[in-house]
Amino acid sequence: MNKRKITVAATGLNNIDSPGPGIPVIRGLKESETLDIRIVGLSYETLEPGIYMHDLVDKVYQLPLPTAGSAVLKERLRYIASQEKIDVLIPNFDAELHNFIKIQDDLKNELNIATFLPSQAIFDERQKSELGKFGEKYGVKVPESHMINQVTEIRKLEESLHYPMVIKGRYYDAYIALTYEQASNYFYKIIAKWGYPVIVQEFVTGTEVNVTAIGDGKGTCIGAVAMRKLYITDKGKAWSGISLEDDELLDISKRVIENSKWRGGCELEFIKTKDDEYYLLEMNPRFPAWVYLANGCGQNHPEALVKMALGEEVKPFTNYQSGKMFIRYSYDLIVDISEFQQISTMGER
Amino acid sequence: MKVRKNIAISENGFIFNPLTGDSFSVNETGVFILQKLKEEESEATILQNLMDEYELDAHTAEKDLNDFLSMLQNYQLTTNE
Amino acid sequence: MKPNYESPIIKKLNAGMMNKFGSRTEYIPVKYIDNVAVADLMDQYGSPLFVISEKTIRQNYQKAVKAFKMRYPKVQFAWSYKTNYLDAVCQVFHQEGSWAEVVSGFEYQKALRNGVPGNLIIFNGPDKSKEDLILAIKNRSLIHIDHFDELYMLIDILEDMEETKARVAIRVNMDTGIYPQWDRFGFNYENGQAWNAIMRIIAQEKLQFEGLHCHIGTYMLTANAYAVAAQKMCELALSYSNTTGENIKYIDMGGGFCSVNTLKGSYLQGADIIPTFDDYAEAITSTILQSGFRPDTLPLLILETGRALIDEAGYLLGTVLATKRLADGRRATIVDTGVNIMFTSFWYNHRVSPAQDFSQHAEDTVLYGPLCMNIDSLRESITLPILKKGDRIVIQDVGAYNMTQWMQFITLRPNVVMIDTTGKVHLIRKQETIDSIVNYEIVPEHLK
Repeated sequence: MNKRKITVAATGLNNIDSPGPGIPVIRGLKESETLDIRIVGLSYETLEPGIYMHDLVDKVYQLPLPTAGSAVLKERLRYIASQEKIDVLIPNFDAELHNFIKIQDDLKNELNIATFLPSQAIFDERQKSELGKFGEKYGVKVPESHMINQVTEIRKLEESLHYPMVIKGRYYDAYIALTYEQASNYFYKIIAKWGYPVIVQEFVTGTEVNVTAIGDGKGTCIGAVAMRKLYITDKGKAWSGISLEDDELLDISKRVIENSKWRGGCELEFIKTKDDEYYLLEMNPRFPAWVYLANGCGQNHPEALVKMALGEEVKPFTNYQSGKMFIRYSYDLIVDISEFQQISTMGER
Repeated sequence: MKVRKNIAISENGFIFNPLTGDSFSVNETGVFILQKLKEEESEATILQNLMDEYELDAHTAEKDLNDFLSMLQNYQLTTNE
Repeated sequence: MKPNYESPIIKKLNAGMMNKFGSRTEYIPVKYIDNVAVADLMDQYGSPLFVISEKTIRQNYQKAVKAFKMRYPKVQFAWSYKTNYLDAVCQVFHQEGSWAEVVSGFEYQKALRNGVPGNLIIFNGPDKSKEDLILAIKNRSLIHIDHFDELYMLIDILEDMEETKARVAIRVNMDTGIYPQWDRFGFNYENGQAWNAIMRIIAQEKLQFEGLHCHIGTYMLTANAYAVAAQKMCELALSYSNTTGENIKYIDMGGGFCSVNTLKGSYLQGADIIPTFDDYAEAITSTILQSGFRPDTLPLLILETGRALIDEAGYLLGTVLATKRLADGRRATIVDTGVNIMFTSFWYNHRVSPAQDFSQHAEDTVLYGPLCMNIDSLRESITLPILKKGDRIVIQDVGAYNMTQWMQFITLRPNVVMIDTTGKVHLIRKQETIDSIVNYEIVPEHLK
């Protein structure tokens, strides 16, 4: 069969010990049975391994860091689009999503680059600090959480939350506190780094289980695959994981995707308690780095996303194989300095 | 002051120091000065070369050249032999 | 012809560091403001120089008013004098239809001098003297009471003023989920203080209770906080009409809307994360409309936003005084626009652009002002094209607070010009001379 040729741009080429999702997404795309996809890698730094993976990434351009703002990003993409026709762009970094969501319509209208992203409103709803409201609105249990601005408020929360409790920053960092003294220490640590407010969350014990999922933005969950980490690195990242057959977990995940009309890929992180209750801890607004496992057990989510971005109808996946494992490994690429020179001085290779 | 041997300077301003593994980028004026240093020109000659090449007064030329040479030294790209 | 000269630079390529595509917006040269050449402005009016675009003020004002008026029938803006009280600036706002919002006797006098009728001046703030209040009462101005001491002072004053009533409102503070909560101003909503104040006021025949005022914070990144505030204001207003049978005439939601500037420590650019006028308007007006007022009793909605209307209209033009190398190898660039005239650089990473063409090369530099004082640092690290002595820069979005909070410190304050909507340039504040300062000094005889 003749495969249709298209070009997809992807970020997240940092396939390091705490990997970005770019390379796994690209592997899924390269294995499409209907599309022949040329990959344009978009990098932020000069040592992202994906830049040097010629078999997966056909061409690379540097992007301005997200801190430079969406106007600068658009300017750079305008240049890239003048060099080559990009059909679909898949951003894979949390920090860059805000800017891409902001300019998604302009990309389509001015540069004819399709994306498949949620709206800003839905993107904001699943922010850590809004998790309580999110759970209530979309019918999923979440740990009880409160936003506080004063350390003394912890005392008031002791009655309903008990210790241990989780003290979290608005965007990053989470600590488990066993006493008021610890909790107040973490409170100050967090405000020093991330500012107000501080999130105080119920500590839910159990097994962590994760789902990578994709929604069509109209209320259908196109695919969802559940996984449990088998081994984690000292950075807390999955080294190995296994696909699960857990209908209840998948039902809950589908409900979240359907009710929120999520558009694009995402990762749902749950805790399954001893009583078989599932608590949603976090919803990451992009594919996880382990998304290639979904492909490996029968659901090629990156390919589905590209098709939907192109306006094609995609039928929901109905099943996948449980018991498939992923095992990460590292691999040393040998690169001549001239390649590094090329990307460093020209901003592309 | 001389540029250390083995230091590669490309036309687009990329410099690689195989001794330390560091790489650098310089602008056109920087490439111009480095090439003169490679040709083992003296500082006085380079100063004059700069003023011949560009629209430039002597004070700025001297200040900029000194600053640039001190940065090269700082990055261990030159020797005083 | 010889090629253009650029100082030589060498940069170490650090893996993982910001690459050269890092911050290009700051590289776009700003050679014109409203079609007037920056170079011409500086040649004529010197450096540093503040420039205000009348066109931008009017455009921003109209955009803001439209956002509210298309959603709500009765809207009034009041120009926040403290944000920028240069008379020319105030007059643009008054011409557009703005009332005046003042927070001191001095600002009140300025508004009167600008021809604002007394009954269109809103008098806010914790500091109103007896004389200020008497004048405001006589002029039928809207007095927004900040604390009980002010309320009792008003009652005292009115006892001695026959057949005169004062038009008053109270400032209310509340929890809107925002930190810090500005509970130092006005009466608290949650603990019943605000209601208590209203009850005291309505017991006084000479106090005409007309409205409720709040101002929940500054640079508010979430429009939703205004919805929370509006809800609480409406609840107070409706309780008031249920209790007294009277309707509240207005709700003043204050200001605090963001401008496009980027706060220090913010990961994303200000322009990408700030709510629009439409977002704020939607949050406020939909809350009021749904809160239960009968259509004919809907209160007038007053807005006092300052920063969001004027920041983008202000530019500060400056000149590079010197470049040098710091002990740790970093580049430092010294410009003549210091913190003395750019107070907002304490909390913003202002956009700084060169005013002339340059090559694609750029360098990280510390940007210092001209003061012989360690605090005078504008940017700890900014990537700029290679600047040399005499090059000119344009600092953007400095229209709010800088021309009021500036300090006469070490040196004098510069000219301020306004470019009118036809492109004509007007001097609207003359640069200070030594006389501007020493004329107010008195040296005792024995020291002469």
